[in-house]
Amino acid sequence: MRPRLLIKRLLFLVLVIWAASTIVFFIPRLSSRNALRERFAELARTGGFSSTDMEKIIASMQKQFGLDQPLLQQYWQYLNNLVHLDFGVSLYKYPATVTELIAQALPWSISLLLVTTILSFVIGNLLGAIAAWPRSPRWMRGIATPFVLLTGVPPVIMGVLLLFFIGFRLKLLPLGGSYSVGLIPDWSWPFFLDLMAHQILPALALIFGSVGGWVLSMRGMGITIQGEDYVNFAEHKGLTPGRIFRDYYLRNTLLPQVTGLALALGTVVTSAIIVEGLFALPGIGSLINVAIRANDFPTIYGIVIFITIAVAVLMAILEFVYPLIDPRVKNE
Amino acid sequence: MTTVAMSPQQAIEQPNGLVLLLRYLRRNKGLAVGLAIFLALVLFTVIGSFTVDLKHAYPLSVGLKKPPSWQYPFGTDFFGRDLLAAMVVGLWQTAVIGILAGGLGTLIGVILGFIAAYFGGFADATIRTVCQILTPIPVLLIQVVIASSLDKRDVTIFTMAFIVVLLAWMGPTLVIRSQVLTMKERQFVSVAKLSGVSDFGIIFKEILPNLLPFIAAAFVSQVFLAVFAAFYLAVLGLGPLREPLLGNIIWAATGQGAFFNGWWWWPIEPSIGMILILGSLALINMGLDELANPRVRRTE
Amino acid sequence: MNSMTTTAPDARAAMRPATAATPVLRVEGLEVTYYTDLGRAKALDSVSFTLNSGEKMGVVGESGSGKSTMALAMMRMIKPPGRVEAGKVWVGDTELVSLNTEDMRKARLGKIAYIPQGAMNSLNPVIRIGAQMVDALKSHDVKGSSAELRDRCFAALHSVDLDPGVFRMYAHELSGGMKQRVCIAIGILLRPQVIICDEPTSALDVVTQRQVMETIDRVQDEINAAVILIGHDMGLMAQFVDKVAVMYAGRLVEVATVREMFTDPKHPYSRALIASLPNLENKGVFQGIPGLAPSLLRLPSGCAFHPRCPHGNQDPQRSVRPEEVTLAGGRKVTCHLYDAEGVKNG
Repeated sequence: MRPRLLIKRLLFLVLVIWAASTIVFFIPRLSSRNALRERFAELARTGGFSSTDMEKIIASMQKQFGLDQPLLQQYWQYLNNLVHLDFGVSLYKYPATVTELIAQALPWSISLLLVTTILSFVIGNLLGAIAAWPRSPRWMRGIATPFVLLTGVPPVIMGVLLLFFIGFRLKLLPLGGSYSVGLIPDWSWPFFLDLMAHQILPALALIFGSVGGWVLSMRGMGITIQGEDYVNFAEHKGLTPGRIFRDYYLRNTLLPQVTGLALALGTVVTSAIIVEGLFALPGIGSLINVAIRANDFPTIYGIVIFITIAVAVLMAILEFVYPLIDPRVKNE
Repeated sequence: MTTVAMSPQQAIEQPNGLVLLLRYLRRNKGLAVGLAIFLALVLFTVIGSFTVDLKHAYPLSVGLKKPPSWQYPFGTDFFGRDLLAAMVVGLWQTAVIGILAGGLGTLIGVILGFIAAYFGGFADATIRTVCQILTPIPVLLIQVVIASSLDKRDVTIFTMAFIVVLLAWMGPTLVIRSQVLTMKERQFVSVAKLSGVSDFGIIFKEILPNLLPFIAAAFVSQVFLAVFAAFYLAVLGLGPLREPLLGNIIWAATGQGAFFNGWWWWPIEPSIGMILILGSLALINMGLDELANPRVRRTE
Repeated sequence: MNSMTTTAPDARAAMRPATAATPVLRVEGLEVTYYTDLGRAKALDSVSFTLNSGEKMGVVGESGSGKSTMALAMMRMIKPPGRVEAGKVWVGDTELVSLNTEDMRKARLGKIAYIPQGAMNSLNPVIRIGAQMVDALKSHDVKGSSAELRDRCFAALHSVDLDPGVFRMYAHELSGGMKQRVCIAIGILLRPQVIICDEPTSALDVVTQRQVMETIDRVQDEINAAVILIGHDMGLMAQFVDKVAVMYAGRLVEVATVREMFTDPKHPYSRALIASLPNLENKGVFQGIPGLAPSLLRLPSGCAFHPRCPHGNQDPQRSVRPEEVTLAGGRKVTCHLYDAEGVKNG
C-alpha cells in the first residue's frame, strides 16, 4: 500500500474522530443546562442542603473540572484528554472515570455485537443474493420480503415481543441479565452455556432488525451483477447453476458488501443500546441508558466518542484489508 | 417510437397511464402492499380525527389502566390517556415529523448534491468530504447527545424533526450527486448546452425530470429514517413527553413495567402501530428502489 | 496454416475435404416473440437455414433485425418476456428446442458454443482465467486430474495464440483482443460442432480485428466446426465467410454464397446494403437506405420492407406476406419479386 494512500486514510480517520468529538463538545455547551447543577439538585433532593454550601461545592468542582476556563482552552484540554483516551469523570458514578466504566462494560457487549453483526451479514447477504437470483425457487425469493419488513420493527420492539412470548409465556429462555442469579463467573462449560442462553434473545432481537438492511443492499447489488455479461456468458458456457451462483454471482456481489461491515457495526451498537437496557445486560448499551436517565453527561459523551472511534478505526482496517481479497482493487 | 413511412393500418395502441400503473403494481407486489398499508394508516388517522375526542390523548383525561373495551377500544394507560385517541394523534404527529424532516432532508440533499455535481471543483470537493467524514459517525448517538442536552421544556415535535434532519442529509446528497454526475457526462446535456439552452433551463428541463425517481426514493427513505430516529429518541425518553408519540408511550410503558403488571395493551398497540408505519415505508422504499433502477424491474 | 486466411473463400472451400459437406446445423421455422407492456413484438419469424460442418455463414442486418435474437434462441437463452414460440434446431442428431434443461445445459459449449459480443465484460473479474476455463470442463463432466485439465486449457490457449501464462492471470490484466481470444479458447474447449460468434470484433481496432478473425478461421479448421458470424461489417464478412444471410425485421430475407451476394444480390434490401458499401471504382455519393428499420411492435403489413423498397408501393407487397423461395443453385430469397423460376415481375 502506497505511503501516500496510507497517510490519506489515517488523516481521514483523524478527521472523523475530531469532527465527532467537536460536535459532542460544543453541543451541550450551547444549551443552558448545567450538568453539575442538575446533578447536585438531584442529590440535594435526597438529602438536606444549604444553598450557599451547594454553590461553594459547585464552584470548586467547576474549577476541578476546568469548567471555569475560557471555552477555547477547555476545548484544547478536551482534545488533549481525548488523545490519551481520557473521557473524564462520571457524574453519576463519581469518582469512577468514564474510561473505567467503559472498560468494565465492554466485555459484556463484545460477544453480542460481534455475533450479531456477523450473523446478520451472513444471513442478510445470502437472503438478498437468493432474492435477486431469478433462478431461485419462488418461496426462497419470498423469504427476503418479511426480513425487509422487519427493518421496520425496531430492535427494541422485537426485543419486547420476544421477551414476552418466548421468555415470559413460554419460559424457554431467560428474561434478562447476562447469567443466572447465583452463578459465579468462571471458565467452565456450564457457565459458558448459561451465558450463551442469556445472549440468544437479545441477539435475535438485534439480528432481526439488521438483517433487512443487508438483504436490501445485497439484493440491489445482486440485481446489478446478474445483468453483467460474465454471468450471462457463464450460462452460455453451460456451467451448472450452482457454479454460476457461487463463483460468478455470489463472489462478485459479496465482496463489495464487506466494506459496509464497519458502518453496520455502528448501527448495531446504536440498536444495542436499547436492547441491552431491555434485557438488563451489563454492557455498554446499558451504561449509556443509565447515563441518559441519570443525566450523566460525561459518560454519555464519552461513550458516544468511544463508539465513533471504534467504528472509524474498523472502517480504516477494512479499507486496508479489502484489496487483499478483491483482485480488482490491487492497483488503486 | 420510430417514425416510418407506414401504411395506415395497425397503429399499436398505447395503454393509458393508469392502466400501466396498475399493471406495474400487480408485478411489484411489495410496493402495492406498502402503499395499501400506508393508505390504511392515513385513513385511520383521518377518520379518527373526526370521530374521536382528541383531547383524550393527553394524560388525566380518562380513567386509568383500563383494558380494551367498547368504550375505549384500545384501552387506557397509566396516566389516563385514551389509547385510541393517543394512537390517532401520535400517528399524525409522527407523520408530521416524518414529512417535515424527510422533506427537509431530501431538499438539502438535492440542493447540495446538485451543486456538488453540477459545479464541480471546490464546491464538490468540500461537500463530498464533509459527507464522507460525517458518515461513520453514529448519527443516532449524536442525536441522543443533542436531545439530552436540551432543556426538557424545549423539546417539541418540531425540535425533534429538526434534530433528526441535522445528520440525515448526507445520504441523499451523495446519491443525487452521483446521479447528476452520470447525467452530466451523458450526451443530452451536452446537446442541450450546444443548442444554447441556459444553465437553468438545462437544470429544470433536462436533469430534474430524470432525477425524479431518485428524489422520490430518497424522500421515502428519509421519511423512514426520520420516523425511526424520532422513535428511537422517544423510546429513550428524550421526546416531548407530554405528546402521545408512539415512542413516548412505549418508554412510559417500559418504565412502569407494563408487561409484568399485566397491562399488555399499553406497549403492544404502539408497537404494532410503529411496525405498520415503518413496515409500509420500508416496502414503499423497496418498491421505489425497483422503479429507480430499471434493471430491477421484472417485465413478466 | 497462415496462408489459408489470405486466399479467397472459393479457394478455401475447394481445399476442404469433400466428406465435410454434411449438414451439422439445421434450423427450421424458429419463432421468437417478446411480450412487453406495449404489446407483442415478433423478434424472429420462421427462420430456417442449414449449415454444413466446416462452413462459415455470416449474418448481417441492422440493429434490431433479429441477428442476436437468433443466436440466443439457438442457445435457448431467450429470457422472459421473450419466448421461443416454435421451431426446431438440429445440431448433429440432437434437437435442441425439445431438450430438457439439464441436457440443454450440457449441449451449450459441448455441441454449440457462443462467443459473445464485447468480451470486455464477459470474463469473471474475481477468479483467474484458468479457473474459468476449468470450470467449463468440470461442468461438462470432463474427467481428469487437475494437471490434465490444465493441459487441455493450455492447448486451447495455444490454438488462439495466447501464452499459457494467461492461465494464471486475472481478466483485468488482459487487453481487449486477448480477452476476446480467451473467450474463443473457451468456446473450443469441448470441440463443439457449431460455433456462434456474435460481433466478435466490433469493439476492437482494425489490427486486432484481423487477428481475431484469423484466429476464428484457424480454430474452425482445426475442429471442423460450422461457424455463424454475426455482424454488420460487410467488408469483414466478405473476407471470411462462405455464405451470407441477410436479416430484416426478424426474417431471413436472403441467403446466398458470398460471391453471389456481392456480385448479384437479389432482395432489394440486400441490393441496397451492397450498394451502400464504399467502392474504390465508384467514388460517388454515399448511398444509404431511406427510412428507418420498423419497430417490431408495429410491423408494416405485407412485406416488412415495403415502405423502404423501390418496388414497395404496390400489391402484393403491401398486403401479402412474402414466402421464402429457393432459386437455382440453392439460394433463398423472401421477396414477392421472385418465384422458383426467377424474377417474377421486373
